[in-house]
Amino acid sequence: MNRAYYDIIYNKPLTKDIFEMKLEGDTSHITAPGQFINIQLDGFYLRRPISICDYDDETITIIYKIVGQGTENMSMLDAGDYLDILCGLGNGFDTSKCGKKTVLIGGGVGVPPMYNLCKKLLSEGKDVSVILGFNTKDEIFYEEEFKALGAKVYVSTVDGSYGTKGFVTDVLKDLEYDYFCTCGPMPMFRAIEKIAKTSGQYSFEERMGCGFGACMGCSCKTKYGYKRICRDGPVLEREEIIW
Amino acid sequence: MVNTKVNLCGIELDNPVIPASGTFGFGYEFAELYDINCLGTFSFKGTTKDPRFGNPTPRIAECERGMINAVGLQNPGVEKVISEELPRLKACFSKPVMANVSGFSLEEYAYTCEKLDKEEQVGWLEVNISCPNVHGGGMSFGTSPEAAAEVTKAVRAVTTKPVIIKLSPNVTDIVAIAKACEEAGADGISLINTLLGMRIDLKTGKPVIANKMGGFSGPAIKPVGIRMVYQVSQAVNIPVIGMGGVETAEDVIEYIMAGATAVEVGAANLVNPYASFAIVNNLPDVMYKYGIKNLNDIKGCAHNG
Repeated sequence: MNRAYYDIIYNKPLTKDIFEMKLEGDTSHITAPGQFINIQLDGFYLRRPISICDYDDETITIIYKIVGQGTENMSMLDAGDYLDILCGLGNGFDTSKCGKKTVLIGGGVGVPPMYNLCKKLLSEGKDVSVILGFNTKDEIFYEEEFKALGAKVYVSTVDGSYGTKGFVTDVLKDLEYDYFCTCGPMPMFRAIEKIAKTSGQYSFEERMGCGFGACMGCSCKTKYGYKRICRDGPVLEREEIIW
Repeated sequence: MVNTKVNLCGIELDNPVIPASGTFGFGYEFAELYDINCLGTFSFKGTTKDPRFGNPTPRIAECERGMINAVGLQNPGVEKVISEELPRLKACFSKPVMANVSGFSLEEYAYTCEKLDKEEQVGWLEVNISCPNVHGGGMSFGTSPEAAAEVTKAVRAVTTKPVIIKLSPNVTDIVAIAKACEEAGADGISLINTLLGMRIDLKTGKPVIANKMGGFSGPAIKPVGIRMVYQVSQAVNIPVIGMGGVETAEDVIEYIMAGATAVEVGAANLVNPYASFAIVNNLPDVMYKYGIKNLNDIKGCAHNG
């Protein structure tokens, strides 16, 4: 983890309430896909934890949803503004455990961390399928970006306005895979848990105090003891999770 | 040159800056960021006799200039604290440390304190009788002078180390409770623990925190802390550790002027992991700015006139 100021290169809407922001600054503390950053915003006491969508030696891309006043204010920032950020938080996905045919499942604002993970797995020579789940066509983002990486991409929408009608599990049930990684809402996790045939990793969301393991605000019970979602997670292995 | 040294119950601190219990773990997460030996000391995570998971999540709510937490004293229990956490603490911190203790009965307080009394690195026992987040214990000992005195006596009987009683602001007369602790043998008083607070989510119409209520901390509560330190430090003859909303070296000086001997830094560590480090570094400059050569010269100066 490090704390530094990051310059905003751009901040643009992808859908009605989903924004993509590119930041420039020190990325040397990011060690795995699925880690997150914790952003200080003017006028708000606690930081906003946001998953890292992609990064390189100098930039970080995040995708976030407007869910309250803090993220709404964040959506109004522009190139030239800068942010106080704690970078490289959490464990991230362990790609060494992923199989030859890994499926990545992202639901809504759980899609972004799948992007760098997809990139990494493809660079390791793995066969990657991606399932992106949304409520409706207007909420879809990053389908083309995943395709451009060279992954097989499936989209589901709850209302059937695009792709497979239904949930990510309606795609997953017919796929062949030997490992899965997922990020998204709890109901989606429960549905995946019911039908998944292999080992996998789930990336959890929880209301956090500090984001780096000091306050015990986001603890959960696992089969291997208490874990802090912010520090020992957000990614937990399927075998350790207590549902 | 300014002198930042203070004496806390017979142990000299290089400076009065003490990260507060529950915001600093057992130190090692922060030792990855800076050398924590720059601190006066720190108060480690509240420890109980038995392991505790704590409350269900969400445990955290944001407020104007502060936060509410209802962690509920999550800790691995005193045996594991001694066998697993203190060795890790010792590897990154070489000064005497403050052991923070909670309990649900007099026997539990005494048991935990007796165990920690035998640990060489423990310099002080900070006895929390003010946790608002656990039922049937914690704060219930801190809301009457009689109960506070009983805990103090129970702990006093099992240790020769300085006993500091950490008080709750959620009381009608904090001075009476502080005096009762002093009479029962306390070597110091620390205050304030968090203020009992609550937030409601407008979208759901339900409390944000699973435990409904929690402890409110952060800069918003600083005036309450200053006021209570001012009141208590005039009424007792033992050192007072001030806390509540400390974010800057200026805040440290304000608490000392109110009558504190040392000052704890709480929630600030959570929003800025370098907060205590920055306070330590800035303190000499801020003392110089206000013409303060020695912190002992200004202790309680607000009491006069």
